[in-house]
Amino acid sequence: MSGIPHDHYEPNSGGEKWLYKRLPIVGLVHDALFIPTPKNLNWMWIWGIVLTFTLVLQIATGIVLVMHYTPHVDMAFSSVEHIMRDVNGGHMIRYFHSNGASLFFVAVYLHIFRSLYYGSYKAPREVTWIIGMLMYLLMMGTAFMGYVLPWGQMSFHGTAVITGLFGAIPFIGESIQTWLLGASAVGQPALNRFFSLHYLMPFILLGLTMVHIWAFHTTGNNNPTGVEVRRTSKEDAEKDTLPFWPYFVIKDLFALAVILAVFMAIVGFMPNYLGHPDNYVPANPLATPSHIVPEWYFLPFYAILRAFTGDVWVVQLVNWISFGIIDAKFFGVLAMFGAIAVMALAPWLDTSSVRSGRFRPTFKWWFSLLAVDFVVLMWAGAQPAEFPYDWISLIAATYWFAYFLIILPLLGVMEKPLAQPATIEDDFKSHYAPTGGTTTVVNPAE
Amino acid sequence: MFRTFTLTALTALALSTGVATAETEVEIHDFDFPFEGPFGSYDTMQLQRGLKIYTEVCAACHGMTRVAFRTLSDETGPAIPEDQMRAYAANFEVFDQSLADGAGDYRAATPADYYPASSLANAPDLSLMAKARAGFHGPYGTGISQFVNGMGGPEYIASLLEGYRDEPECAAAMETPMEGYYNIAFANGGFPDACKDEHGHHTVPGSWIAMPQPLYGEDVTFDDESANSLEDEVQDVAAFLMWTAEPKLVARKQAGLTGVIFLSVLSVLLYLTNKRIWAPHKNKIKH
Repeated sequence: MSGIPHDHYEPNSGGEKWLYKRLPIVGLVHDALFIPTPKNLNWMWIWGIVLTFTLVLQIATGIVLVMHYTPHVDMAFSSVEHIMRDVNGGHMIRYFHSNGASLFFVAVYLHIFRSLYYGSYKAPREVTWIIGMLMYLLMMGTAFMGYVLPWGQMSFHGTAVITGLFGAIPFIGESIQTWLLGASAVGQPALNRFFSLHYLMPFILLGLTMVHIWAFHTTGNNNPTGVEVRRTSKEDAEKDTLPFWPYFVIKDLFALAVILAVFMAIVGFMPNYLGHPDNYVPANPLATPSHIVPEWYFLPFYAILRAFTGDVWVVQLVNWISFGIIDAKFFGVLAMFGAIAVMALAPWLDTSSVRSGRFRPTFKWWFSLLAVDFVVLMWAGAQPAEFPYDWISLIAATYWFAYFLIILPLLGVMEKPLAQPATIEDDFKSHYAPTGGTTTVVNPAE
Repeated sequence: MFRTFTLTALTALALSTGVATAETEVEIHDFDFPFEGPFGSYDTMQLQRGLKIYTEVCAACHGMTRVAFRTLSDETGPAIPEDQMRAYAANFEVFDQSLADGAGDYRAATPADYYPASSLANAPDLSLMAKARAGFHGPYGTGISQFVNGMGGPEYIASLLEGYRDEPECAAAMETPMEGYYNIAFANGGFPDACKDEHGHHTVPGSWIAMPQPLYGEDVTFDDESANSLEDEVQDVAAFLMWTAEPKLVARKQAGLTGVIFLSVLSVLLYLTNKRIWAPHKNKIKH
C-alpha cells in the first residue's frame, strides 16, 4: 500500500488463492497490519489508536443508549434518568459515553498538537491533515448535538446560543438558523434532527477514519525526526522501519491500557466532574442559566468567539470597511471558524523546509507558546466576559492567529535549522544499540 | 422561589464586555461524607435517617418524582425491608389514570410508583438536586476544590440548610425589606443594592432565598436516638439526596475499581510484552 518497499501478501493455500483472485481482502488487511513503520516513533504516536478505540466505544455505547432513549422534549430527560436508574448497567454505559467524548477530545488535541510540532501536516501529508481537520469539525458537531439530547438546561440554552451564532451571518443568518432548528426557536424539531444527525455523523467519522489511515499509509508515517524512510531499496527501508505488527500494535495497546485505566477511574469515581451541573435540571425555556458555558473541549474556540468585541479596533475597522455588515457578533463567529481554518491551512502557511520541530530551535519556543496559549484560551473561555478575562482572551486569540498567519510563514525564512540526521536508522542508533553489538555512538545531528 | 437570572441567551453569551456579571460569594463548607473517594459508599443508617427527615420535613413542600418507592429497598441504598417499604409507600397518594373508568382517581402508592410531585409551583423537585447544584468549579474555574476535597452537591445542600443567618446590617436598614430569607450559601437569589459597594461588588456573602429555614435541629427524633442537631440533620438529608440523585453510586465505584485494577494489570503485562519484543532492536545507550 505504502510507497515504502516491503514484502507483499502472497496467497499460499488454494482457498486463499481462490479468494485473492476475487476479493483481495486478506491482502489488504495483511498489508495494513504489516506496514513498515518508522522505528523511532515516540509516545506521541499513540493517539491514533486511542482515537480509533474511542470512536468504536462511542458508537457501541451510543447504540445501546439509543435503545432506551426517547427523542421527545417531554420525555428525553426522563428517558436519560431511566437509563441511569433502571436500565441494567445503564449508568455505566451513559457515563462511558459522556466521558468518552472528553477522552475523544483529549486524544484529538494531543494528536493535533503532535502533528503541529513534528510537522506531520507538511508535504506529502497535507491530505491526511485536511481529512483530519474535517474529522475534527465533524467530531465537534457530533459532540455538540449529543450534548443536546439529554434535554437539560445546558442542552437547551447551549443550543440556543450556538445556533444563534449562525443567526449572526448578515442577511441570510436568520433563515439559516430557522433552517437548522426546523423552527424559529429550539424545540421538538431541533431535538429530532440533532438526534438523527448525532447517530449519523459518527459513521461518517468512521468512514473518514479509513480514508485518513489510507492517506497516511500511502505516504508513510511521519516520525519524530521528520526524515523520510528510505525508499531506495527494501533493505534500506527495513533499516529504518519495523512492521506495525507486533511492534507498534503492542506498544499502542500498552499506551491504550494505561489511558483507559485513568479513564476508568474518572468514569468510576468522578463521572460528572467534566460535566455541567445545570444539565441535571430539565430544560426550561423560561429560565436561562446565569452562565452558559460550553463543554471544556469547546472552550478555546468559545474564548476566541467572545474575544473580539465591539471595542477592539480591528473589529471597528472591519465594521467600518464593510459598511457595518460585519458587526462584532459576526466578526466573533468568523474568528471562531477562522481559528480552525488557519490551522487547516498550516501546510501552506509553514514555509520551513524542515519538518520536525526538533531541529527548529526558534520554532520550538513559538510552538510551546501556542500550546500554552491553547490552555489559556480554554481557561479564559470558562470565565465571565469581564475584565481581566476579556483582555486575556483577546491577547491569546490574537496569538493563535499570529502563530499561523505570521510566525509560521516568517520562521521558515528567518530561522536557521539544526542539522538533521541523514536517516531514521542513524537517529534510532543514537539512542539505542542492537543487543550484543559494540556500541559505536554516532550523533549525526551534531 | 428559585430566582434565575433572566438574561437572554445572547446577553449570557456576552459578546459585549459591558455586561458585568456580579459574582456572588457563597460559603460552602466541606463535609466528610462516607460516599466520597474511590472506596466510599453510602451509610445505610445515614440514608434511613435522611429518608426520615425528607419524609417529615422536606416532603411537605417538595416532590421527588424520579425516585420509585421500590428503590428504597435497594441494598446499596436505604435498604428498607420490603414490607416496611410497602407500608411506607402506602402513606403517599398518587393519581392513577386507569381508575374510575379512565377518569382517574387517587389511590395509595405501591412500590412501583414514584414519589409524587410537589403541589407548589416554586418548590423544585429534589430527585436530582445533589447533582444539579454541584457546580462550584473553584477556585478560578479550575475545579480543584471539587477534585481534592470531593466538594459537590451534597456539600451545597448541607451548607444551604445550615446557611440561614440574620439579615446583615446593610439590608436590615432598608425601607422595603428584602423578600425571602438571607442565606450565606445561596447564590442565585435576590440581592439588595444596599449591600453592594461602589463597584457593584457584594459586601456580604450569599443572597436571599424564598424557602424559609426548614431545619433548626431536633426537628426529627430517631428510634435509635441518633444525634439530631442541625449539623447532623443537614448531613443526613444531604446524603439521602445524593442517593436519590445517584442511586447507582456504589455499583459504579465498584465497577470503576475493578476496571482500574484490571487495566493496571493489563498495562503491566503489555509493558513487559512490549519491552520483550523491542529488546532485540533496542539497547539503551548510556550517554
